[in-house]
Amino acid sequence: MRISLKGGRLLGPVMLDGVSAKLHDAHTDLYIADGKILAIGKEPLGFSADLNLDLSQFCIAPGLVDLAARLREPGFEYKATLESEMQAALEGGITSLSCPPDTDPPLDEPGLVEMLKHRARGLQAASLYPLGAMTVGLKGEVITEMAELAEAGCIGFGHAGAMFTDTQVLLRAMQYAKSFGYTLWIQPCDYFLSRGGVAHSGAVAGRLGLSGVPVMAETVALHTIFELMAATGARVHLCRMSSAAGLELLKQARKDGLAVSADVAVHHLHLIDIDIGYFDPNMRVDPPFRAQRDRDALRAALQSGVVDAICSDHTPVDDDEKQLPFAEAAAGSSGLELLLPLTLKWASESRIDLAHAIDRLTRQPATVLGIDAGVIAPGAAADLCVFDPEDRWLVNASSLHSQGKHTPYWGRELVGRNRLTMVAGRIVLNHLGTRQ
Amino acid sequence: MPHPQLSANGELKHLLTIEGLPRALIHHILDTAKGFLGVNTRDVKKVPLLRGKSVFNLFFENSTRTRTTFEIAATRLSADVVNLNINTSSAAKGESLLDTIDNLVAMYADMFVVRHASSGAPFLIAEHVNRTRGEGVHVINAGDGRHAHPTQGLLDMYTIRHFKKDFTQLRVAIVGDVLHSRVARSDIHALTTLGVPEVRVIGPLTLLPSGLEQMGCQVYTDMKKGLKDVDVIIMLRLQHERMRGALLPSAQEYFKNYGLTQEKLALAKPDAIVMHPGPMNRGVEIESAVADGPQAVILEQVTFGIAVRMAVMSLLVASA
Repeated sequence: MRISLKGGRLLGPVMLDGVSAKLHDAHTDLYIADGKILAIGKEPLGFSADLNLDLSQFCIAPGLVDLAARLREPGFEYKATLESEMQAALEGGITSLSCPPDTDPPLDEPGLVEMLKHRARGLQAASLYPLGAMTVGLKGEVITEMAELAEAGCIGFGHAGAMFTDTQVLLRAMQYAKSFGYTLWIQPCDYFLSRGGVAHSGAVAGRLGLSGVPVMAETVALHTIFELMAATGARVHLCRMSSAAGLELLKQARKDGLAVSADVAVHHLHLIDIDIGYFDPNMRVDPPFRAQRDRDALRAALQSGVVDAICSDHTPVDDDEKQLPFAEAAAGSSGLELLLPLTLKWASESRIDLAHAIDRLTRQPATVLGIDAGVIAPGAAADLCVFDPEDRWLVNASSLHSQGKHTPYWGRELVGRNRLTMVAGRIVLNHLGTRQ
Repeated sequence: MPHPQLSANGELKHLLTIEGLPRALIHHILDTAKGFLGVNTRDVKKVPLLRGKSVFNLFFENSTRTRTTFEIAATRLSADVVNLNINTSSAAKGESLLDTIDNLVAMYADMFVVRHASSGAPFLIAEHVNRTRGEGVHVINAGDGRHAHPTQGLLDMYTIRHFKKDFTQLRVAIVGDVLHSRVARSDIHALTTLGVPEVRVIGPLTLLPSGLEQMGCQVYTDMKKGLKDVDVIIMLRLQHERMRGALLPSAQEYFKNYGLTQEKLALAKPDAIVMHPGPMNRGVEIESAVADGPQAVILEQVTFGIAVRMAVMSLLVASA
């Protein structure tokens, strides 16, 4: 199908000169044919569209790339299914996503990965890039058959929320991953220092009588990770940075030339420990919301590039696990459909160019994944997200498509919403005519 | 966001924490308790304020002592009391906390007295009944995790007011395992709200939570310095399990440094009172000579506790 998108505000990394993608923010026409971007700006000679869309009221961005979305399959289908969560991703404008290996069983065998990829392909939705488990059963004891898993489709190896206790296993995992050129995805958190903790160690946790996860849990883990990286030359992606002190170490590691990248969960750009209020279990996330200065440092690090990308850290949790006293409630929140509006909120509050903000959701995470996506370029797959930056909508059961209905933003109004999603030139979601 | 324990017009609908209670309201509760003190010494120890009301003692964590004091307070107000020891009933069968509450509300419970091992559990219950039942059902926090034990805090304030009159001239020391103590947190909020100018907490750094300064306390690791010239000493119970997990090396070393002895008590003002929420570990946090000595008001606390719990229950019911 040949499609022309007319008059939309084209935002984010766009390749106009045929050489490199630059941040772009201007009303620009797009021409799509055979699932690919055919031309940007100027209508190709003799182009006749099967479909013309007037997008003059909308922004067009590359389809979003989410580094962390738990789809809950296999094993946790009562919390969410691949169908429900892949649909939620499309609703959120996400066309590529990576899922952590903490399923049940964990993604530690090629067969599981192949099945997941096969199921996802059948849905004809976003492209799925699974992370394999770094150790068998995520137990932190024996490293997995990384080469086999990579062949089955894993783009890297992670440990999700499961923490390492044995530093030697982490060293071996780095050496082994380095041998094949794989990236390890690690959430920096010391097992012993964070054990039992449910909230940021500080005045709020002290006052509410909640066990704390100290900033030290992050910094001690980072020191270990960076030492091992320096020794092995391994490439590591740090998942869910949470503290100002951790970001300082990351900045230094980048200066030292370590092959490191990092992401932040989008809700950590906004919420802090005080938002726990009266023990709101929706505020229970991992890592915990930290102090205001940590939040401000995360915002600044994202802007400066010390942190590469924003992710949704989408974690659907069901009522039985969430409607519990704070410390007993499962950590996690739904994020696929909030990723874009909460990023726009960060951009507007931090006075950041929209194109720059979109870059953190597209080209940068695609670079972390090592995939060819996140850029609008002639010849590239036409993965697009068309959003209304002014649309005000309420986060509630009818607006969220994810099976997980728990988010800190429950009942709150957000501004900006994806209205059309295109995957490889196919319109897989179209709400252009509707506002809530 | 309105506080879940207050109604729209600022009346106390539930008692979940002392934090945020206005000073006047605390004094009103203590004044009301004073009125009930007489009931407890009469031949017929009953008033009909809660006649026909059903009070459910919901204890998700065992505590015979606290449960009994609530039971006595409720029966002296003529309420019907149902004791539920949840450890051995629904929770064991896998029923969720809020399902248990819905079932009891369907039996027309008027008041829940909740003890739970998780900080914040009574908030979850109060918010749930606010959402599903509106005004009619009241929740009293009888101790949640490390967070709060507001009736204990109030009875401690009653005791201090009884012996010391003016809060604004006092130096109060809270000694021991503040980290795990819901009593300490409730006492600190109450003392600062009532205008006590100097609240000291004394303990080893392994047993002190972060944020004590923000709560208005001065931190002492040296008990001898911390007790100097104080008017009130509140000793905290040390749980035996704290000896595990590298918080403390031994009970002996703890007693030597943080146990209240006559020698250390002599550093406080001569008329200082010694309090303890009970049950006491003699020889661990307090020496028998002090616990049974003339400055101890530990049994008075127990007596006042009944009156304070009667006051809280009657005020909650009157607010509806």
